Amino acid sequence: MSGNHRSDGGHPLADVEQVPGVAKPDPILVVENMRRAFGGLVAVDVDHLEIQRGIITALIGPNGAGKTTFFNLLTGFDSPDAGSVMFDGKDVQRLNSHRRAQAGMVRTFQLTKALTKLSVLENMKLGAKGQVGERFLPSLLPPLWRSQEKVIEERAHQLLERFSLHHMAEEYSGTLSGGQRKLLEMARALMAAPAVVMLDEPVAGVNPALTQSLLEHVKRLPDEGVTVIFVEHDMDVVWDISDWVVVIAEGAVIAEGVPESIGKNRAVIDAYLGSGQDVLESEEV
Amino acid sequence: MRHRRTVQGFPFRLALAGLALVGTALFMVLPALGQSSETVGTRLRYQNEEGNRVPVGGASLSVSTLDGIEIGSGVTDADGAFSTPVPGPAVYAVTIDIGTLPPGIRLREPDRITVEVEVLEGRDGRAIFSLTSGAVEMVEESGGISLRRVAQLTTEGIKLGLFLGMAAIGLSLVFGTTGLVNFAHGEMVTWGMLSAYFFNYFGLAGAFGFMAGWWPPLGDGVNLILAAVLAVLIGGLTGYLMDRWIFRPLRTRGVSLIAQMVVTIGLSILARYVFLFIFGGNLRFFRDYSAQSALQIWIIEITPKDLITVVLSVLILLGVGLFLQRTQTGKAMRAVADNRDLAESSGINVQGVIRTVWIGAGALAGLGGVFIGLAEQLSWLIGFRMLLLIFAGVVLGGLGTAYGALLGCLLVGIGIQLSTLFIPVELKNIGALVVLALVLVVRPQGILGRRERFG
Amino acid sequence: MTVAAIDWGFILIQTVETSLGLEAAVYALAAVGLNIHFGYAGLLNFGQVGFVAAGAYGMGLSVTLWNLNPFLAVLVGMGFATAFALILGLPTLRLRGDYLAIVTIAAAEIIRLLARSTTLGDITRGAEGLHAFIGPFRELNPFDPGVEYGVGPFQVGGNQFFAIVLGWGVTAVALVVIWQLMRSPWGRVVKAIREDEDAARALGKNAYWYKLQALILGGVIGGLAGMVQAVGKATIQPDSFVPAYTFFFWTVLILGGVGRIWSPVVGAMVFWAMLTFFQGTLAALVNEGWIPTALMDPTQVNQIRFMLVGVGLALLMVFRPQGIFGSREEMMLDVR
Repeated sequence: MSGNHRSDGGHPLADVEQVPGVAKPDPILVVENMRRAFGGLVAVDVDHLEIQRGIITALIGPNGAGKTTFFNLLTGFDSPDAGSVMFDGKDVQRLNSHRRAQAGMVRTFQLTKALTKLSVLENMKLGAKGQVGERFLPSLLPPLWRSQEKVIEERAHQLLERFSLHHMAEEYSGTLSGGQRKLLEMARALMAAPAVVMLDEPVAGVNPALTQSLLEHVKRLPDEGVTVIFVEHDMDVVWDISDWVVVIAEGAVIAEGVPESIGKNRAVIDAYLGSGQDVLESEEV
Repeated sequence: MRHRRTVQGFPFRLALAGLALVGTALFMVLPALGQSSETVGTRLRYQNEEGNRVPVGGASLSVSTLDGIEIGSGVTDADGAFSTPVPGPAVYAVTIDIGTLPPGIRLREPDRITVEVEVLEGRDGRAIFSLTSGAVEMVEESGGISLRRVAQLTTEGIKLGLFLGMAAIGLSLVFGTTGLVNFAHGEMVTWGMLSAYFFNYFGLAGAFGFMAGWWPPLGDGVNLILAAVLAVLIGGLTGYLMDRWIFRPLRTRGVSLIAQMVVTIGLSILARYVFLFIFGGNLRFFRDYSAQSALQIWIIEITPKDLITVVLSVLILLGVGLFLQRTQTGKAMRAVADNRDLAESSGINVQGVIRTVWIGAGALAGLGGVFIGLAEQLSWLIGFRMLLLIFAGVVLGGLGTAYGALLGCLLVGIGIQLSTLFIPVELKNIGALVVLALVLVVRPQGILGRRERFG
Repeated sequence: MTVAAIDWGFILIQTVETSLGLEAAVYALAAVGLNIHFGYAGLLNFGQVGFVAAGAYGMGLSVTLWNLNPFLAVLVGMGFATAFALILGLPTLRLRGDYLAIVTIAAAEIIRLLARSTTLGDITRGAEGLHAFIGPFRELNPFDPGVEYGVGPFQVGGNQFFAIVLGWGVTAVALVVIWQLMRSPWGRVVKAIREDEDAARALGKNAYWYKLQALILGGVIGGLAGMVQAVGKATIQPDSFVPAYTFFFWTVLILGGVGRIWSPVVGAMVFWAMLTFFQGTLAALVNEGWIPTALMDPTQVNQIRFMLVGVGLALLMVFRPQGIFGSREEMMLDVR
């Protein structure tokens, strides 16, 4: 069953033709002619791709298809040989990674980057944007940033509560389990109040019980106005939570559509067969 | 690399390695070294209005090598004379402190406060400063850019670049295969140079102190060519031991690269001052081939020893290239440098490759040291100064690439020598280091490096 | 050969004196700067001595060349250190950490070579260095140069005492500033960048800019160390900035424990106590005939000290990166 949880019931992309590079009614991200090669190997070669605002889009593909590289290119962690990214109608191609994050595109990483020597709460507070106390001179004068810090701390506690990490707030995040770190990273991303969160394999290595609660959190994000893009290998997860699926193989978009139809797509099956994986079966992680 | 750390036995080995280094060096306690008797001096006089030559006393002068290492300084006596002993035949720079000249006395050519003097075997060098009491005269531009000078400097540059490149390939390959920047690499260069020096002066066993009185070739010196071969072997052995006793254990303990880098720094300081302790701060020369008259080839002057070392370097570097390109081990090295995990999973013995790289790095650094010592002078500090130039070359060519290192070093060598057309000789090495910073701005991956993800 | 007794009392007094004296203060201050670089921001600065030199020359030249008053001279010294940080940091801080290491070690040596070059001889006075700057600073000295200050056997002249007070005073101020910085959101970002730069950037933090700020801050503090040294020794000589000194500062920092606020102070005191005691003992052994001069003459004692620092630095880095007083457990969370 698809994770379409729009309250009005209708799928926002119901009328959209399910072909690679199709235009969407309200795209938040538009990728144009993006290419990236490593040596002679072309890792990403996407002609055109639009990501619809306010839904959950899954990015899938066989191993080595270039999903993570594509993610890096979108978020400015790698620069393409050619091509551009439009975010919310603005060209962000010339912005580097932290500027894109400030503009509202916040990502997580495949290998979690919980900052182990900071406490869980400090990790969360780090996520907040526009902090006066993060500037050099004001940081020396606590009265300038105390009150803001209090507000941020309040929000951090709320989010931690929601992600069931509240009891760990004062612990070093190095003491968290792998799954808890994934939760923390997602909660920390939300501290930045992003327009788009981009999750790189959000449930890889997370135990089944925690996976469920993590997915529930993801599903709720569109209701809060957050667009979600995620890369995932676990097909059950993809079928469960995504509204739209984009399939990448050998760096190019070979198919996109609603989850129900994508599993039957000939090109997708061929791509997965060629890679020795099965698109319909979830993979062991 | 996040292994659990096990401490047992390791401190012992590291301490041993340190001791071995100090021990080997301390063993080389020398019997009195042959002292040369050459001096560099000058006699300051000017012609007064009556046409008499008047000596200038009390003026300060200093003598240094062309690399700016001061050898001696002093003040002229009542006859205007000054002289100071120098370590041996070479070209020296004599600098006059014009502030100490009597009032009204000035240099005829105000820019020539430094004069270069060539000292030949058994002959003293004499610097000539032409002084005047008259008004400043206009003098025509001396030096200047001539084809002859450009050709000569380019030749010198290629020579320097080849020697640097020989030392640099090892540094670059160690970095490529292990990710470690070895700050002790310069001391490996000095180590080769000094080993050759000791064999050259004291013979095979005599280099180890107390056996100096033995008959040749054990005592007394052996020919520099044999000494150089021995130095290369010792260099290779040192490379092997550094990996076996220090860096391999550190890798298996999961000590971070940053910590390993600091360890190389510690080793370099240790070695450098062990060298100073034994060798002293003086500049020295090999016993053989130190004074040769230059051959004239077309418009270029080059000494036979330089010609031979240049040809040898080219041959050796070609050999290294063929080795990397053609042999199984060479290919494995490049594979490890390219992608260590992939190489490991495809069955390459990574530890073995790294061992070979260290041996080769030590041997090449040692040979580079001998060649540099032959072309210039020997000093305890030369490795460190070369290291900075090697860094410039390696970064210019692309960190971690063997060919890039060579190319970069050639460019640095030529650049350094040609820059003396425009800037004072004593500042030439600084130019190379400025280029290093500029390269990082424009093309951080270097000329032959592949674009990685940067910032 | 006659062998005389060793004056242990003299060695001990010397040991205590240097561990509280000018050298310790200067080294503590330089290591405070290094602690910001390496301990908090994770920057590999292998040329801290260059910042020390930049500060000293900036201050000295302001007086000898431009006749500025001492306070402005100190500001110019800080400006020199800042400029040095910008020159080093702008090209390298976007790159992997080892590039900064390579460039800093080279640049520090460039400063020394430039300062002792004859080309700049009219300005920097070559190998002889600057002396004439000291006058205006002596005028600020509230202590009487003719009087000995101290307690018991530990006595120093007024000028020296002024420099020592200045050194530890500046160190104290620097520590307070850093303490405040590191408990602010600014410090949080810097610590995050040390641990994982990508994570910080993904949260919208300009890692490059923060690293540059940290490089400047630590460099300026290193520059202040150079100024204190200049005032204490009444001279600025290029050869008191040889590359190896950077690694004396590193040893100080690691002795005290990287990344802790007090470590540079503790480290500097322990470092100088150990070094002075060792050197005093060795010198006495040589001078009193216990060690034959054929094996070692008095000038070589100083070289042994460098060797010792080299070995000590390597061993500390591998076996006690947490410092001599730190606990191993604290480091276990460290992914470094």
